[in-house]
This record gives sequence, C-alpha cells and structure tokens, in this order.
Amino acid sequence: MSTLFDRLFDSGHHAVTIDGEFLSGTATVAGGEAVVIGTHNKAAINCGLALKLADAILAAVREDRTLLRPPRTIVFLVDTQGQELSRHEELLGLNGYFAHVARCCDLARSHGHRLVTVIHGEAVSGGFLAFGLMADRVCALPDAQVRVMDLRAMSKVTKIPYDKLVVLAEESPVFAPGAENYWRMGAIHELWSIEDDWGICLASAVTRAGSEDERALLGLERGGRMLAAPIAALVAAA
Amino acid sequence: MNVKPINYFEASARTRIACLVDPESFTEFCPPELRHISPHLVRLNAPVAFDDGVMVGRARLAGHPVLIASQEGKFNGGAVGEVHGAKLRGLLDKALIERPVAVLLLVDSGGVRLHEANAGLIAISELMRAILRTQSAGIPVFALIGGSCGAFGGMGIVSRLCTEVIISEQGRIGLSGPEVIETVKGVDEFDSRDRALVWRITGGKVRRALGDATRLVGDDIGAFRAATAELLDKHAGRPLNSSDLDDLTAAHSNLSIRAQRYDTARDGRIIFQEAGFTELESVALLPVDDFNRQLEGSP
Repeated sequence: MSTLFDRLFDSGHHAVTIDGEFLSGTATVAGGEAVVIGTHNKAAINCGLALKLADAILAAVREDRTLLRPPRTIVFLVDTQGQELSRHEELLGLNGYFAHVARCCDLARSHGHRLVTVIHGEAVSGGFLAFGLMADRVCALPDAQVRVMDLRAMSKVTKIPYDKLVVLAEESPVFAPGAENYWRMGAIHELWSIEDDWGICLASAVTRAGSEDERALLGLERGGRMLAAPIAALVAAA
Repeated sequence: MNVKPINYFEASARTRIACLVDPESFTEFCPPELRHISPHLVRLNAPVAFDDGVMVGRARLAGHPVLIASQEGKFNGGAVGEVHGAKLRGLLDKALIERPVAVLLLVDSGGVRLHEANAGLIAISELMRAILRTQSAGIPVFALIGGSCGAFGGMGIVSRLCTEVIISEQGRIGLSGPEVIETVKGVDEFDSRDRALVWRITGGKVRRALGDATRLVGDDIGAFRAATAELLDKHAGRPLNSSDLDDLTAAHSNLSIRAQRYDTARDGRIIFQEAGFTELESVALLPVDDFNRQLEGSP
C-alpha cells in the first residue's frame, strides 16, 4: 500500500492506518487535508466492513461540522471482490448495510464533501455499488479490474457460448469486464496511466468532482451508453 | 362487497398495477407500443420485451397521485438492463417535477441483467442516487415486494434505500441469492433447495421482524393496496424530512447492535425468538394478521 500512498498523496504524506482489509485516515491532497477511506486485498465486503466504511464517513462529516471547518474531500480507495457470500451475512441483511453506506455517502455529499474514488485493485458488483460508485468522480489506476462477473461465469448463467461472448465483447462495452468499458459508459470518469503523476491527477479530480449525477450523459458523449440518458429523459418528460 | 383476492405472487407486472391503483387512473410512460427494446439482448439473440421488463407511469391510489413502476419477474428475472434501468431513473427524475405523494416501486428482480451487466450495474447506481435525491426533495419512495424474484442484488440495496418497504410473506429481500451462495460456497453454507431455510433467511416475516420491511401483508394485491393506501395517507401533506447526521448516526447504531446481537446467527429462528415469538416452529404457519399483532405487541 505504501507505494500507492507515495504516488497518490503530496510527498507521500499520509496518516492512513490499515486494519485488516479496511483503510482509514487522512492524507495531503492538493495541499490540503483529505479523508481517506477504503479497502484493500480484494476485500469481500460484509456487514462489519460496511459498518466501518459508514462509520468513517459519518465521523468525517461530524468532525468537520463540529470544528466549523470546510468539509474535507473524501477519497475512497476501492479494492473489493464484491459482497461476502454467506448465509450469516444475508440473515443480517447485508443489502441494508450497503444501503446504509450509500446513504452516508450521500449525506457527506449534501454536507459539501467532495467524494473521489480511486480504484486501485478490483471493483466488483455489489461491493462497488456500496461506496465506490457513489462518489462524485471515479478514477481507475492502470491495473484496475472492474466487473460484475467474468465472462466464463456469465456464459454459464446466460447460456450464451463463451466464444461468442468474447467476440461480442470486442465491439461492445456493455457486458465484458474492464475499466475501459466503464469509462466508455460514463461510470469511470478518468483512467490514469502508469506514467501519470497520480498526485496531480487526484488533485485535478477533486476540483472536477461535481455533485450532480451526469454519468448517463457522459456515457452518451463517449458513445458507450447510448440509451440511458435519452430514455430517462423521455420518461421524465412524458 | 366481496372482492375475490388476487394473488400478488402469480400476477404479472401489468396486473399488479391494474389491481393496485384506482380504476382507470394509470397512464403509462414509454409504453410498449414505442418498442424501446434492449439492443444488447438483440445482439445476443436473446428474447426481448417491448417494455424491457418494466412499466412506468402515473396513477392515483386511494385518491393520492403517485408515480409507479412495476418490474416483470417473468422476463429475464426482472433484471435491470440499460433501458429498464433508465425507465426507473427517469421516473424518479419525473417525481421532482410532478411531486407525487410517493413513488411506488413494485420490485420483482434478481438484480443486474447479465447480458448487459455493466449497463445494469451503472443503472442501479444511478437509481440509488436518484432515490436519495427524490427523498432529499421530500418525496418518499416505497418498495412493494411479493413477486417470485423478490428483491435481490442491486435491487435488494435499492429496496432498502426506500422510505417504506411493504412485503408479503412470500416476498424475499437479500443481496446474494441462495443459489449463488450455494454454487460458490457449497451446499453446507446454504442449501438453496431447503425452502423453509431460505424463507427464514430472506423471507417477508424475518425481514419484517428485523425491521427491514415496514409492513407485512398477505399475498393478495388488495392487501398490498390497503397497506400502501394507509402509508400514503400517513405521508400525504407531510414532506419527508431528509436524513440528517443524527438520523444516520441512529441508524448506524441500530445496525451495529444487530450485527453484534446476531454475530454468529445463521438461521432466522433466533430473530423470531428475539422478537418475542415463543412457538418458533409455527411462525411459518402463523397468519399474517396474527404475526403482525404479536410482533407489534411485543415489547
């Protein structure tokens, strides 16, 4: 993690602690203090981890409000294989814990915090929905793996031959794994390269983070998601 | 007047709306005649639907203006693709313009449609943001759950973002379905064919006992209508207060207590026990009214 922190934060300055798969603390971004919250080691997100994420978000909102200071940027570091698959977690209502994390993200946004996600490993399905995708701006590092399901499993479930999916994946961003596909569809705002100065990238992402959800328009602009924006507009105008 | 109960579980998405809202009050937006089908299913030579598996529109329920969406579980398991998701999101955008008493989501979905998985995942994220925005504007969003696909995957998260969750005994809410857990983790972790067990983990009664659902009703569209009407009366003329830091801190504390109290639980029996039910074996057979009475009467 320290290599990532060195590249991401000003002079590598940070006070992020690692507690199992959970990351939290602060770091210097664009000369100011930012809150850092996230996961690593391809965390499978369960109720306990969801509570830690939510707690860290609420603590940041509470702290800035108590100290009457401008809301700090919150940087989400995302590396998740998705939700933990277990009967116990389902009994607790893991979906409700994820909804709670999403609500906390939205609260932070409404309190003026800017939310920027950096995908530094995997971003999969429900784990990605809970917090990474809730940010104002989503950035992916070069080795980011973003998906709902890999093509072999998808082939099994949809009964569509694997070879056919591979061929179709070449021309359409709509189902195949890949950060590039999510970029084309507007859900990832920026793809950073290995040569980029990630500190500068992050600082610029913070300034460009807007609080409106314009992902459908971005998908239309980039040619990866041609129907989401017009169909939603059609319904809204009906 | 005796009205013959109409089974909610078996009914189509269209029948559910027709029987739920006031007669002749429904206007569909983006109706099937316009044939907004999924181009992604076409490319995969998979069957398409002219409404892409969801109908959205405006109606009245017990006189209250509502916006309403109904997912068709029999089409691709009610799964969310690009067009399907955009219709739902558009409906919530419309709520900001029309300001109905509530937006009703008749959820019947396994989550993301794998044929267009990326588009579906993003659409669900957009739907989550749109629901939160609608609620911030003071408009409640209800989830009604009682179809064969339940509310799973991203739609399980969406349902728990809703202001009110009305569920039937047969309704189920969760994140990962039992079949998925069994496939990945093995039958010892979750036997998806053990129907009683599945019901005790994800079913309407256990979700109501935990507080994840705000109303439990029988498997009858009339019962869904009555519960919805009552909640619309409650919300009408009283704009929703958006969640503030104190609300979310309180919600956080409740979820933490739940996770601690049931830290090793793997069966809903313990939930029923804690909720004050003594005859644990008979909870499944308990009529809905008796269940509600016992639950709400418990300390």
